[in-house]
Amino acid sequence: MTASRSRAFGAKVMGARAVGSISRRSGRGGGTTLPGRLLLRTAPDAIGRLSSRLTGERAVISATNGKTTTAGMIAAELRAAGREPVHNRAGSNMAWGVATALLEQRGSEALLEVDEAWLPQVAAELEPTLLILGNLFRDQLDRYGELERLADEWAELIAASPASMGLVLNADDPLVADLGRDEELQTRPGTTYFGIEDTARALPELQHAFDAKHCRRCGSPYRYERAFVGHLGHYTCPNCGADRPTPDVRATAIELRGIEGTTFRAETPAGDLQVEIPLPGLYNVYNALTAIAAGLRLGVGLEQIGSGLRSVRAVFGRVETIPVDGTDVSILLVKNPAGANEVLRTLALEAERSQQPLELWMALNDRIADGRDVSWVWDADFELLAAAAGHVTCSGTRASEMALRLKYAGFPTDRIEIIEGIEASFDAAVDRAGARLFALPTYTALIELRTLIARRGLASEFWR
Amino acid sequence: MPELRLLALYPEQMNIYADRGNVIFLRERCRWRGIGFSYAAAGPGEGFDPEAHDLIYIGGGQDRDQLMVAEDMRRTKRDAIAAALADGASLLAVCGGYQLLGSRYQLGERRIEGLGLANLETVREEGERLIGNVSIEVDLGSGPRVLAGFENHGGRTYLGSGAEPLGRVLHGFGNNGKDGYEGILRGNLIGTYLHGPLLPKNAWLADELIARGVEHSSGTRPDLEPLDDALEEAAHAGAEDAARRG
Repeated sequence: MTASRSRAFGAKVMGARAVGSISRRSGRGGGTTLPGRLLLRTAPDAIGRLSSRLTGERAVISATNGKTTTAGMIAAELRAAGREPVHNRAGSNMAWGVATALLEQRGSEALLEVDEAWLPQVAAELEPTLLILGNLFRDQLDRYGELERLADEWAELIAASPASMGLVLNADDPLVADLGRDEELQTRPGTTYFGIEDTARALPELQHAFDAKHCRRCGSPYRYERAFVGHLGHYTCPNCGADRPTPDVRATAIELRGIEGTTFRAETPAGDLQVEIPLPGLYNVYNALTAIAAGLRLGVGLEQIGSGLRSVRAVFGRVETIPVDGTDVSILLVKNPAGANEVLRTLALEAERSQQPLELWMALNDRIADGRDVSWVWDADFELLAAAAGHVTCSGTRASEMALRLKYAGFPTDRIEIIEGIEASFDAAVDRAGARLFALPTYTALIELRTLIARRGLASEFWR
Repeated sequence: MPELRLLALYPEQMNIYADRGNVIFLRERCRWRGIGFSYAAAGPGEGFDPEAHDLIYIGGGQDRDQLMVAEDMRRTKRDAIAAALADGASLLAVCGGYQLLGSRYQLGERRIEGLGLANLETVREEGERLIGNVSIEVDLGSGPRVLAGFENHGGRTYLGSGAEPLGRVLHGFGNNGKDGYEGILRGNLIGTYLHGPLLPKNAWLADELIARGVEHSSGTRPDLEPLDDALEEAAHAGAEDAARRG
């Protein structure tokens, strides 16, 4: 009986794998989800069954912003240590993306990024050995619902997990940091906290999109000494004492070099490390800190962590630069106010450094994976670029809403153009741009853009 | 100089769907026309002078914030809101703020007392949240117009007998997904589930509120100078299309 059931499962696995290779050869869709989708339809417990062959670590990472980049960094650290985990590297992070990676890749350990809302269900099947949680920001409220509810679901997942599961948590995000403490504020054994200590990098004021005003525990307003990115910062709860935990892995002496990259000093329990990453902005300092803390917990040495981080390339659409007809096109995904604000700050810094007006292409789509509600563009601080922008071409299914937001952020209307179609608008923007174009697409617009660029042979397909 | 004095209620708590887009929109349209614009906020524990404002705005918040706001608003602001409305000021209440205008919000066993300023009540019923693009037909006295936006609410709102809805649902759910109506309209009080930045998508409503506000502050209804609204009209059409597509 058992043998025949497992033979039946094996047949389903082989069928799903075959579909994946056909889908990839046809050049459509990338095949990063289809095989998993098919398998889960006939074997709903497939993730648990496929992961039972993993004998090593099962590291699972979730966050609103930075999942794909951070998982890429951890993969680079592991690679520097000669390890090749099963990894959903293209960022397909719902159940079917995870199942597809498990289905198609060999390896005795896994590094999997998982969508915030899918995390409880997927983790219950995967039984992670290390759970890495980066941040929670308001994002796609039509799909995820309220942040506090999401944080509660994560807390239930951690409470239900065996004590042997390790945690890597962001000390600077109160919604995440508190997940590592019990009712008496005692830190759960096996928890590593990370955070930024360089106070010179704090924001001049708290941002409009500020997501953790009240203590998760007692409801009193947090007192913020400073914030670095959105609500990530140094805070205390004057009422119940649920203060920012002291981080084990800390970033100091941060130097932001515009779009070119970032350096900082990481202080860790294993010693200090001078870190250099070819990615911009404080948000990538958080991503790197997450990856350092996770790497240490996965047994990677400090030196290998350093060389892994240096070798990181921008992942798909996260500050990738691709030459198109003589124009360097830098692609920066924007998908929610907190993430968009970081991109806008980086670009403002870049404009200051280069003393050139920024040529922009912005694509606002309202498909399910983007969030159908485009209200969020009014929470992002596009005002930051009003003085620095040259021409802006607005594209996507809600191009007109994007254009309107820019007008009210102070962009001159005679430099705003609306062309809905992705391809036509992108070509027009490249034509006009000269040496450099900054492309800011939402998620599905990024997929469209990347498919377009790959079709023209300018970059490899995103699933490679 | 004509002016619009805007008061935002609980902007720190009731801002979940980028409600500040409405403030930016009103501010800029006043500025371009040489209309004075002032912005004030009243947060937890704070009262306000009912005669000092022409337009009062309240947006939507997370459950926990909304609970706190309901209680605080009853205690510190209800009477001032009622007095401001009686004095001819306008009120635009959106999403969670709209729900709180009614007599109660029933969440299973739990009952949140509302302000009792509008003849409606809201109930969290079984079933999915009502989420999606929405368009409604509205007549504020100058003929039918379309409001287009996005709604996302678990509560179902029912108007009391004799209460007038803001509009008729063209596409989407509206108050409760059943009776085909959306929002509430009573004189200068407007309540709606079209959330967050609804004014940028509906410049005509923003201008109507500016005109009413200037009339309230100056005693004369102004003829608003027309603006170049090509992008505003495109965004309105985009939101209407999105509602039509579902």
